[in-house]
Amino acid sequence: MSGLEDLYREIILDHYRSPRNRGQLDTPPAHRTEGFNPLCGDEVVLYVEVESDSDGVERVTDIKVDGQGCSISQSSASMMSAAVKGKTIEEANALSSTFKSMMSIHEHDIGGDGSEAGPANESPTAELPLGDLEALRGVVKFPVRIKCATLSWNTLAQVFDELASS
Amino acid sequence: MSDDTVHGLDVTAIRKDFPILDQLQDGKRLVFLDSAASSQRPNQVIAAMDDLYHHSYANVHRGVYQMAERATNAYESARRRVARFIQAPSESEVVFTKNGTEAINLVSNSWGRANLKPGDAIVLTMLEHHANIVPWQMLAAELDLEVRWIPVTDDGRLDLTELDRRMDGAKLLAFTAMSNVTGALSPGDQLVAAARSAGAVTVVDACQWVPHLPIDVSALGADFVAFTGHKMLGPTGIGVLWGREALLDAMPPFLGGGGMILNVTTEGFVTDGLPGKFEAGTPPIAEAVGLGAAVDYLETLGMEAVRRHEVELTAYALRKLTEDLGDVITIHGPAEPATRGGVLSIELEGVHAHDVSQVLDTDAICIRPGHHCAKPLMRHLGVAATARASFYVYNDTSDVDALAAALIKARDFFAI
Repeated sequence: MSGLEDLYREIILDHYRSPRNRGQLDTPPAHRTEGFNPLCGDEVVLYVEVESDSDGVERVTDIKVDGQGCSISQSSASMMSAAVKGKTIEEANALSSTFKSMMSIHEHDIGGDGSEAGPANESPTAELPLGDLEALRGVVKFPVRIKCATLSWNTLAQVFDELASS
Repeated sequence: MSDDTVHGLDVTAIRKDFPILDQLQDGKRLVFLDSAASSQRPNQVIAAMDDLYHHSYANVHRGVYQMAERATNAYESARRRVARFIQAPSESEVVFTKNGTEAINLVSNSWGRANLKPGDAIVLTMLEHHANIVPWQMLAAELDLEVRWIPVTDDGRLDLTELDRRMDGAKLLAFTAMSNVTGALSPGDQLVAAARSAGAVTVVDACQWVPHLPIDVSALGADFVAFTGHKMLGPTGIGVLWGREALLDAMPPFLGGGGMILNVTTEGFVTDGLPGKFEAGTPPIAEAVGLGAAVDYLETLGMEAVRRHEVELTAYALRKLTEDLGDVITIHGPAEPATRGGVLSIELEGVHAHDVSQVLDTDAICIRPGHHCAKPLMRHLGVAATARASFYVYNDTSDVDALAAALIKARDFFAI
């Protein structure tokens, strides 16, 4: 099996120990959504503020992360919050697809579009740099932990779904 | 007494019966500390099942040919051995089910629907596994029952200070004999007595008790006792419900089908007697035979010796882990080994249970992270997940030493 350093890269531990955008936002204006991993009890609570600009483009103006869980789920949530803050919903969704495709080498049922499943070492959408999120690449070698890494992204997708239907 | 039997069991000899434990993971000796989730099984159990499949397999209670008779005898012999093991007054009180969960669902569906009505109160405890919560919540939602809860103390035992008040007017008490999270042993006598004086029926989840401690269902005085095969060296797919004959007799069937009837006409059906009434369809035949062999194995070791071994190992573990990890470790449950089973729910400061488990896996140590299907209890303890190490007859102090060393490694790896 792979070494611990493949999974727990230093940048992951940094986000785990010093999570970005940790906390809560007032609802409204923010939208609150909880995500659970029923197998392990990990929990991510997202507070997301979305505003439309003058052209009607919706943008994530603020995001906070609450909840508890393992280093992978919590660092992934921290990185996700930093990556999507200030992005348009369209950009955030594209980032989500890129991230999930990186996570999908062993698992075809972790959510997202199965059509995007591809080799983890060849990012299909190289124009979307994942930044810190690249550090989570090693998670695919530990299949049971993939759900930890994708929990916050699935919760974000739920936020957007709920906003779109409200 | 030789060194090998210092704990009352000859673990070196026992381990030879469990070939699955004799393997290396990345060159390291496998340390299996997850028996509370599911135990391993000895050669004797595997051989008994193989022998049936190789020489004596047929459906039971049907065929006239000799092999069918041998299969039926093997199946019913397993029932007799289970009945003797739990000291049941009659083997017809031993119903084979799929697992412990199905045994409890049998009671909630059959006894519950026939005997409870809207407004009735039932009493559960905060120590329960979801298997002894959700069936009752489903019934409560269906019949509009009041659900009362017996709380737990800070050290993870049942808090019985207001037991009589909670039991007042209640129709049923469902409790675990031993917590799968804190290891706390429940005072069965006191609980059964309180239920009796309130006129309530008792349902005991003994899934963690029966594999580890002697049980006498007659002396316990409860009405129903449920347990499962795969936690007691037996195979998966087989569980047991023991119930008082008078209660079982009066209950309607749970599942309908072949094997549970005396007669079927276009107008209706007449149910079989006990225990067939509750064993609809082809039962888990080889699994029952495997469970019978597991019972034989445990009886050969002696349940008193098993218990003594686990108390000593738990005492050693509590001492060793506290000495080695000091302030950074929290072990939930009672401090006194004699009042608990060999289950240690561990919190390591600054390291989530999943990460603990991941680090331990690199040393080939198998433990269970998570909520252990006991979310109400976990919420009360104020933890979302613990890393649970649990012991059985094949574990010894070397396993505890490996656990302690790996926990230190996990702590160091994640230390800020």
